[in-house]
Amino acid sequence: MVNHHERLDRTFAALVDPTRRAILARLEREDGGASVSELAKPFAIKLPAVMKHLDVLDDAGLITRSKVGRTVTVRLSPEPMREALDWLRRYERFWSASLDRLAAYAESKEAEAKEQERDR
Amino acid sequence: MTSLTLVRRIAARPSIVFDALTTPEDIACWWGPDGGPVLLAETDVRVGGRFRVRFRMLDGSEHESSGEYLEVVRPERLAMTWRWLGGGEDPGESLVEIGLRAVAEGTELTFTHSRLHDEETRRSHEEGWNGALDKLERHFLDLSHGDRHDQA
Repeated sequence: MVNHHERLDRTFAALVDPTRRAILARLEREDGGASVSELAKPFAIKLPAVMKHLDVLDDAGLITRSKVGRTVTVRLSPEPMREALDWLRRYERFWSASLDRLAAYAESKEAEAKEQERDR
Repeated sequence: MTSLTLVRRIAARPSIVFDALTTPEDIACWWGPDGGPVLLAETDVRVGGRFRVRFRMLDGSEHESSGEYLEVVRPERLAMTWRWLGGGEDPGESLVEIGLRAVAEGTELTFTHSRLHDEETRRSHEEGWNGALDKLERHFLDLSHGDRHDQA
């Protein structure tokens, strides 16, 4: 079994490269998927280089490839991305709620301090 | 996206907010996302000193984080490394920075948690992958009907 963090590492590592991000952004717009040659078109790199990027995205589970005849269709696979975003959102939930509680607490301390200053 | 920034306006003077962030008895009163108890809070508030906080959430799960203070400028700035301890949730060391600015109603607190993933992600953050990822995030938020908190 691949552990959670290895999966996240692979997702984030796949997302590091700007070409791969551009491929994902493109696929996001194409509901029916896109062929490899369509995906390669906007980039000033050779097809084998695009294939390598697709391998990395495939290994990370971010895309699926299906072959019909000579055409390979590439589609976005949202689950790993969703997992990565969930993971980042956990931090957000933790801090957002904690800072709200910090604010309320500091405000009560401020009220106490003001009262003491008045009494003096 | 691998850094999180939150801003809060707090009706309390910066020195009170700073102490609430760094004093164990104060930390015990607010640390954690729900009303669950803080089980342990230790701080050695000086550059090179360490902190450690353990808390239990209302669902019974316990979490502990620790780190080293990198900058301590009372009452305006605090920076520390951050690491979750134990469990399967250790993604390495990250960075927490807190700025406190005096404003008319009290304090404006700017909180940043960055370097939330490995070295590669850190680099990519500087390369500016946020736009692409934000766009994808919107897409997936639409799919999941997730509620958004205040994201900077």
